[in-house]
Amino acid sequence: MTQTQAAERRAHASNPPAIEFVGVDKWYGAHHALRDIYLTVDSGERVVVCGPSGSGKSTLIRCVNRLEEHQRGAIWVNGVELTHSLKQTDRVRQDVGMVFQQFNLFPHLTVLQNCTLAPIWGRNVARAEAEETALALLDKVRIADQAHKFPNQLSGGQQQRVAIARALCMKPKIMLFDEPTSALDPEMVKEVLDTMTALAGEGMTMMVVTHEMGFARRVADRVVFMDEGEIVEIGEPEAFFKAPRQERTQQFLSQLLH
Amino acid sequence: MTLSLAEQTLAPHRARPWRRRAAGLFSSPGNALVSLVVAALLALGVWWFLRWAIVDAAWTGGAEACKTHAGACWPFIWTNWRLMAFGVYPQEVMWRPAISLALMVGVIGLSMAPRFWGWPLIVAWVATPAAVCALLGGGLGLRPVSTNDWGGLPLTLLVWMIAFAGAFVFAVPLALARRSKMGGLRVASIIVIELVRGAPMLVALYVSRFIVPMMAPAFDVNLFVSVEAALILFVASYLAEIIRAGLQSLPSGQAEAAHALGLSGWRTIQLVLLPQALRAVIPALVNLGIGVLLSTPLVAVIGMTDFLSAVKEAASHEQEWPGCYTIAYFVAGAVFFSVCFTVSRYSRWLERRLRASGHA
Repeated sequence: MTQTQAAERRAHASNPPAIEFVGVDKWYGAHHALRDIYLTVDSGERVVVCGPSGSGKSTLIRCVNRLEEHQRGAIWVNGVELTHSLKQTDRVRQDVGMVFQQFNLFPHLTVLQNCTLAPIWGRNVARAEAEETALALLDKVRIADQAHKFPNQLSGGQQQRVAIARALCMKPKIMLFDEPTSALDPEMVKEVLDTMTALAGEGMTMMVVTHEMGFARRVADRVVFMDEGEIVEIGEPEAFFKAPRQERTQQFLSQLLH
Repeated sequence: MTLSLAEQTLAPHRARPWRRRAAGLFSSPGNALVSLVVAALLALGVWWFLRWAIVDAAWTGGAEACKTHAGACWPFIWTNWRLMAFGVYPQEVMWRPAISLALMVGVIGLSMAPRFWGWPLIVAWVATPAAVCALLGGGLGLRPVSTNDWGGLPLTLLVWMIAFAGAFVFAVPLALARRSKMGGLRVASIIVIELVRGAPMLVALYVSRFIVPMMAPAFDVNLFVSVEAALILFVASYLAEIIRAGLQSLPSGQAEAAHALGLSGWRTIQLVLLPQALRAVIPALVNLGIGVLLSTPLVAVIGMTDFLSAVKEAASHEQEWPGCYTIAYFVAGAVFFSVCFTVSRYSRWLERRLRASGHA
């Protein structure tokens, strides 16, 4: 699909795709981090991105809410193009929640304050209402009883669930997960994956960078495999894991299994 | 004199049990000898001090009593404490500097408790110096008193408080500008910071008091204003570097998380980055605060009657009060020391507390 075709399709579509990468390139200095990326994520779709470290998968997901800027091509999120315009970036960020590998909770605020900060100061939600929403969502990730503790007093798994609740407090349409379980002790991985699975069950649009292939099998609609900044292969989980077409994918999967 | 500002290193100490500290004292004959000599010197020093301050001291009576006692002349303090504490402020309205002093000590005390950290405190730091200026200078229907007659402890504390509060106003933008992606802004900030830090405080005071009015007569303002202008700029340049260090110590994930949540750049700085950066540099902030306080006597050089020069003024009756210099400066030193010691203990307590509650 060329850029013009993509633009035409978008102009005629009443429901634009949730995320659309059209010929995106990104460089860090001389390093070519993303190479000619075309990827469309539909509303309600769950896409898992995997690949060896340094393959550009984190960079890809971080371009969706412009934590990284792309240098060529176009990225559209819910019909809004990401450009140098701060206003458009802000509109996109209002719709997109993100969960990080290192949780990135605000250590000087309590769990509850972490969850209400952005609604109160970014969206002018009344404090009482923001707290009510936050407590409901903390309850959903089964951590409401820790609402008045500080992040450092919680385990890694608990912190990551708080981070998920914090993102959900902004009522996002899309959730990005950047290796959400990679920094966790093995016994805490499941509680976070369960939370994410529950979220997927509610129809949230999700883009997940992860090495958890079990999660990808169970939850993903499609799996994207990246290597050296390129999308090598995209497939439905069944086909992707059983019969990968590309040699690089086969290599990667065989390494994972051993 | 301004060295205290330059020595910004503050190594955190860990309290160790006495036994471990004492272990090395007598571990060899050489160590034992050194320990005994040092202990003897210490004991001698303490004995000399006690003899001077208590045993041989004159406690009651007047100047006559001091002539017959070899030790400290306490009656000098009983007679002159008002002059030492409040300078030449008119005697009959001494309640005004007294209340001013209490007000400032109160607000500074409240500022030390983490539970009060928030917007009301910032308001208090703006309102208090304003109220003290009104109280000392004679607003609200009070009899006017010229700034030249302000003096002593309230003046020292007021000068310090305005310098520190005012410095924050400039230091935060300077620190942010120095980290800015915009080259011009960054270079401008670096020039200001390095120029001001490169000169002694005395030079800043002279420039503000004498050079600026000479070059631009419009800035020929009163002594108090020019002192504060110099101090604010001076303190701000040091403060900016401390705040920058604090901002740099934060992981980049903090700003990213705030941006991902849709918070604007300013809100991110205000709600996420600055609160953490300031907590991270509390020891350096306290150190700077002490350094500035200990540098305030320099304002006497351009004619202000701060606490130390009020003490000097009081002690200038040498003929009448033999040996009064010693006691006067001893008391002044004790006041400075007790303030600074209290504050440095507070800083250690605060660090432990913030760490314990998971803040830092």
